[in-house]
Amino acid sequence: MSGSRDDILGGIRAGLGRGRLGPAETAALETRLGEHRRNLVPARAAALDHAGQVALFVTMAEEVDTTVARVARADEVPAAVADYLARQNLPARLVMTPDPRLDDIPWAARPLLEIRKGRAEDGDAAGITGCFAAIAETGTLMLVSGPETPTRNNFLPDTHVVVLRTRDVVAAYEDGWDRLRRLGAMPRTVNFITGPSRTGDIEQRIVLGAHGPRRLHIVLIDDDAAPG
Amino acid sequence: MQPTSRAFKANAHRALGDPNLQRAMDMMRTGFPARRAVAIARLPEFDRLREDGIAIKNHVLANLDFYLETYEANVAAQGGTVHWCRSAQEARETVLALCRGLGAKTVTKGKSMIGEEIAINDFLDAHGITPVETDLGEYIVQIRHEPPSHIIAPAVHLIKEQVAESFRATHTHLPRERGLEEPRILCDEARGVLRQKFLAADVGITGANFLVAETGSSIIVTNEGNGDLTQILPKAHIVLASIEKIVPTLEDAATLLRLLARSATGQEFSTYTTVSTGPRRADDTDGPAEYHVVLVDNGRSALLGGEFQDMLRCIRCAACLNHCPVYGAVGGHAYGWVYSGPMGAVLTPTLLGIAEAGHLPNASTFCGRCESVCPMRIPLPKMMRQWREREFAQRLAPKTQRWGLEAWAWLARRPALYRRASAAASRVLGLLGGGRGRFRSLPFAAGWTDMRDMPAPEGRSFFALWAERTKPAPRAR
Repeated sequence: MSGSRDDILGGIRAGLGRGRLGPAETAALETRLGEHRRNLVPARAAALDHAGQVALFVTMAEEVDTTVARVARADEVPAAVADYLARQNLPARLVMTPDPRLDDIPWAARPLLEIRKGRAEDGDAAGITGCFAAIAETGTLMLVSGPETPTRNNFLPDTHVVVLRTRDVVAAYEDGWDRLRRLGAMPRTVNFITGPSRTGDIEQRIVLGAHGPRRLHIVLIDDDAAPG
Repeated sequence: MQPTSRAFKANAHRALGDPNLQRAMDMMRTGFPARRAVAIARLPEFDRLREDGIAIKNHVLANLDFYLETYEANVAAQGGTVHWCRSAQEARETVLALCRGLGAKTVTKGKSMIGEEIAINDFLDAHGITPVETDLGEYIVQIRHEPPSHIIAPAVHLIKEQVAESFRATHTHLPRERGLEEPRILCDEARGVLRQKFLAADVGITGANFLVAETGSSIIVTNEGNGDLTQILPKAHIVLASIEKIVPTLEDAATLLRLLARSATGQEFSTYTTVSTGPRRADDTDGPAEYHVVLVDNGRSALLGGEFQDMLRCIRCAACLNHCPVYGAVGGHAYGWVYSGPMGAVLTPTLLGIAEAGHLPNASTFCGRCESVCPMRIPLPKMMRQWREREFAQRLAPKTQRWGLEAWAWLARRPALYRRASAAASRVLGLLGGGRGRFRSLPFAAGWTDMRDMPAPEGRSFFALWAERTKPAPRAR
């Protein structure tokens, strides 16, 4: 395959009418890669204060069929989740990622909420996960994979409940990248999720729940802190 | 697939007489452009984002060797492998060898246009590995043994009754009395069947909307979540991508993502945008154990430095298809290969050669909508004209057309004669058709008059009117 590699790179250079780039040109490109310079970021979210960004996030998320319940404190989350499942006529049974972000929520306060911690399997009807960040611009959740946050939990259950904190709401995708870089290493998977799964492949009529979750519900904790 | 681009005229003729296709295309023509217009009106910076996007793509193309090498090094640093493939054949063989090495029997697939281009499904199938398309539209065309007719909406040429019929024929477990009249029911049926395929697959193959040099990541955009189940559940993830998909940084990807969904479906953002970097990590409890990128050239590097280089900016959003009056009338299958609409008319001859596909650039009214909606402002009409010139120069156009053009060119280079001849012709035609003001039929013009009347020339010619207007007005004394 190294023959193919050389041929392709050689063909590219021939097409561009030059040889290999020199050290100065290469250094300039390395600098561009390392700077993480932002291109134009729309003002829609970036121009707002943090409360405005949170409000925009909720509006944009609801526009794409995500439902949002706002609570004031972490200890209100179990009731909010139980209420949601009851309203949807769903059993009070969930698979939950072993995400430390969910540890300060007193799940035991709702003993009727049956929670299994771990990786989602086929047949798990509803799941609950935390969230790495949320993008106000388009009402988008940003979830990353890791030992405590398996990706399949975002896709296998029919109902996906996400616990989000207002301090994790940022303006734009670029703010999400900045947070990601602070992790130190790129996770295997980064999922941007904007609403429940959908398709328009038959006569362009939108049907929710094509392969991923049919419902996406966010419990948003107003922890009232600016994003960190 | 075996191209039938040579037969565009016959294909298009058939398409115009197909009532199901015409019903489906009616829905297509109204849906996509209206949604795009709304999305763009909501983002005042859209045109400036376009400028940024174009600059990113042009910068990458000018330094493509550097970015590909950087990308490869970063994929390797994350534990993945890049496989360089010059041709479709090399790419097919690479994918097959990877699947065999993994002992794969079934492969799930996310939608990939490069996969269509290299015809990977037929190849795997012929070698005992079953590929299962998982995007609903791709799944529908796969069970119908058809190619996709649109680069983002593969089954846009079908009406729901045809989909129901195909499900009935393939999903033999379906009870007869089960109604299949609504998209909701059809979608649930496919979801049930495909969920089991996801869980059973040995390998997942996806395409890539972008490859990020900085991180060695591949990015896919879907609405269904099928691309995610495809890559997360099996033991290996194979990414099929062509070399021009590279962007330098995550910031650059964000800019292009802002353009993509709005241009494609008129969404603010697609439901799922997924960034994949290498195989599962040591402590991960899910994810593929292997991550391979099959990086395909297949004619792209040859476009660099030439008159079709700008085509490599294409992000496959399909805005040009959605706004093209020709595509909207005949659908994608008439184009006879993987790519259709204006981008297909330009790209297909570069990949299949002008002898096979040189006719496609004639399928244009030159209305210019494609270029005006293209987020990358690719000069598609200009490129179609360039192909037409080449087709003419290589004497590939039909004889009657060439003779006609040559005769016209001879006349047009003699302005005095041209004016006299055209004035005479318009007088004669005006007299002949004068009664009704139009012709029902004309010799040598059946292609026009079979479908509609030809207006008869009326009044004086443009030249005569122009000469009169530009004559200096008599000076007042």
